[in-house]
Amino acid sequence: MISLTINGKAHNVDVEPDTPLLWAIRENVGLTGTKYGCGVAQCGSCTVHVDGVAMRSCVTPVSSVAGKKITTIEGLAENGVLTKVQQAWIANEVPQCGYCQSGMIMAVAALLKDKPKPTDADINDAITNICRCGTFQQVRAAIHAAANA
Amino acid sequence: MNYVPKIDRRSFVIGTAAAGAGFSLGMSLPFGEAHAQQGTPELNAWVVVKPDDTVVVRIARSEMGQGALTGLCQLVAEELEADWSKVTWEYVDPRENVRRKRIYGNMNSTGSNAIRQSHDYVRRGGAAARQMLIQAAAAEWKVPASECTAANSIITHTPSGRKTSYGKVVNAAVKIEPPDPKSLTLKDPKVWKIAGKPIARLDTRAKVTGEQKYAADTQLPGMLNAAIKACPVRGGKVVSFDAAKVKGMKGVKNVLAVGGTAVAVVADTWWHAKTALDALPVTWDEGPGAKVSSATIEATLKEGLEAETPFIGNRAGDINAALAGAAKKVEATYAYPYQNHACMEPLNATARYTADKCEVWTSTQNAEAVLAAAVEASGLPFNNVEVTVVTAGGGFGRRARTDYVTQAVQIARQMPGTPIKLLWSREEDMTQGTYHPITMCKLTASLDANNNLTGLRMRISGQSILAGIAPERLDKGRDPATFQGLNAGGTEGQIGYDIPNILIDHAMRNPHLTPGFWRGVNNNQNAIYLECFIDEVAHAAGQDPLAFRRKMMAKHPRHLAVLNAAAEKADYGKPLPKGVFRGIAQQMGYGSYVAAVAEVSVSSDGLLTIHRIVGATDSGHVVNPASVERQIAGSFVYGLSAILYGGCTVKDGRVEQTNFDSYNSMRMAAMPKVESVLVPSGGFWGGVGEPTIFVAAPAVLNAIFAATGKRIRSFPLKDQGIRTA
Repeated sequence: MISLTINGKAHNVDVEPDTPLLWAIRENVGLTGTKYGCGVAQCGSCTVHVDGVAMRSCVTPVSSVAGKKITTIEGLAENGVLTKVQQAWIANEVPQCGYCQSGMIMAVAALLKDKPKPTDADINDAITNICRCGTFQQVRAAIHAAANA
Repeated sequence: MNYVPKIDRRSFVIGTAAAGAGFSLGMSLPFGEAHAQQGTPELNAWVVVKPDDTVVVRIARSEMGQGALTGLCQLVAEELEADWSKVTWEYVDPRENVRRKRIYGNMNSTGSNAIRQSHDYVRRGGAAARQMLIQAAAAEWKVPASECTAANSIITHTPSGRKTSYGKVVNAAVKIEPPDPKSLTLKDPKVWKIAGKPIARLDTRAKVTGEQKYAADTQLPGMLNAAIKACPVRGGKVVSFDAAKVKGMKGVKNVLAVGGTAVAVVADTWWHAKTALDALPVTWDEGPGAKVSSATIEATLKEGLEAETPFIGNRAGDINAALAGAAKKVEATYAYPYQNHACMEPLNATARYTADKCEVWTSTQNAEAVLAAAVEASGLPFNNVEVTVVTAGGGFGRRARTDYVTQAVQIARQMPGTPIKLLWSREEDMTQGTYHPITMCKLTASLDANNNLTGLRMRISGQSILAGIAPERLDKGRDPATFQGLNAGGTEGQIGYDIPNILIDHAMRNPHLTPGFWRGVNNNQNAIYLECFIDEVAHAAGQDPLAFRRKMMAKHPRHLAVLNAAAEKADYGKPLPKGVFRGIAQQMGYGSYVAAVAEVSVSSDGLLTIHRIVGATDSGHVVNPASVERQIAGSFVYGLSAILYGGCTVKDGRVEQTNFDSYNSMRMAAMPKVESVLVPSGGFWGGVGEPTIFVAAPAVLNAIFAATGKRIRSFPLKDQGIRTA
């Protein structure tokens, strides 16, 4: 049993210590907003926050995050009020298929916490997620919109 | 894959196999009998209005990110005169389509067809529903229907000013005899209020909160999870596997052979299934494919460049005479590699099988093909199989295939009563693709003494998609789709140049990898071959590439207009900053005309920066300009990813690229600024999901030549000394 604090709620999950956090979140806790895309920390679809830092959960063993504060896409909005990033995503109509967007939004939320007014270069450095639909132009516009909201 | 018709609806399965390959079936009735479902206020197959005024539009095509869902709703709502804020939607159950004599027509979503091949009958569905609602109100008021109008889901009796809403009259309206669809006059797009506007997509909110359910998120009570590995060499078989080695591993419930070609582990969680599968010893009979490598494929294709072939795509004049009489000749050979779709949502399907029922939940581009695959794999009668379509995390042509559905049912059939979710690992997705076909092309051009292009000879050598997955659609052995964008005429993929002497033919050479439809399909390589070579010829003629093209396009005004639109928006001909260079390309396909101008710089050590791309599209009509702009930008990303970093190579019969670390995709830092120019000229309906991808690569490649003086003719660019940030 490993105790995970996800979106403010404690979960005791019966998994091996080396189980990737992604699968504990999806299969043991049942929160499916966090996505599997590659399993090797390449695509970023699985991005969550661990103590406020963006982490690729597909290569993060659960043993390394026990007792830490984990936030998934489902935990961003509070009482149904979407965050500035989510609102900017809607206003700029960022998602196409949407599968990568949970991870994209989590990565962006972490970036804006570090750098509230990121430059294009900051965005290029920090946001390395893959989107096969090719939403990057809208992602960039939405980041700037959220930063200026 | 070909479906062997073993079921009681033989014609259905055959029809679906054809549809699965992406061609229209040439039907159909827009709606037929109304009010089929008891208790549902269905005005016709496309439109339900509920007493609370909610409008439900039935969506027979697939939503995989391209926005067809919203566009189809806009078209129906426009004719219905619906209040857009009340519009919702639901997917069509593919069994309903069969039961109702294919009332929903083709449910396939490939070839950029979702809107362009169904706009007429869905609009007639909306128009018929509107007419019935108005008639119901008029009857209640005992006034002539001609005195009533409808707007925003409200019906008004103009002389008296009385009003009622759709929801209030719907129960009477469904009892009215539906009008003959042919009798309805559709609105002129010039007066559209909902269609044609950049209306917000209907499916955005759930995609930013994690609430959107994709097929991979399917959860059922008692469900187990399966991980699968097929023989890494396509065509190979399972000989044996040592299940005892992994059966004691945590969570493992079963170890199975699947269809003779794959092994699967079923466990409580997918992670346990995958962990055990990775530890499972398997002996494969790899078959003759194991001898194939990229080098053997290249040798085969090179042989095809010079071989005799009967498969001609476009012939005019006398190419041999033109070449013999040339003042100048230009010759080049290009090659385009295999590509994998790599949808972000890995392929998956959930199935529950019992002796008298098989249920499937999956994401697909072809719900009817899923149904057919499930019928065949389950061995159950058609009426005992149910398919639930779930939103897709990308498709790009891969989800037009149903191999993963067949596997899920084959697994579930071995564990009756237990729902099984089969999820492919990314590695399985990369190595068991239905790949963009590999081809080479030798091109020869003749110029006369005045540097006019007098002849073009193109020999394509390589793989046929239809031969691989839909051989029944070959034309006496010839694959007509090989010549996409190079055809002499027609509304699908017509070459944009008037060249007096031309011969384009195809030496079909089919390696063992399964080919498939990949966004843009054969236009991808054909546009590179033609548009980069035309650029080469323009330079050989000492002429500007745009001016050289324009001279040959007088008989192709739509191609020319869209090329001009791109050039104008890009300020073609005006000076660029030092070190920045332009490339241009145009092509026509899936009924639409597209052109692009790219602006790039290349550093002395090969760092490519794509600063800006202008993409122009004439799709005839535009249903949602915001969606079209996103399809243009997305097409650039998908097409450029392939040419920059993509390319699947083969060693010992296996695809060598196994994940995004070896099959990379464009990320933020390499994304150019995209500017879209929509120039719909009316009178026809073209697609938008794919066309821009054709010109993505050739525009950038021509710009790279302008920047470097080096013509790159084989890909990906990462293997040719060109990298991105």
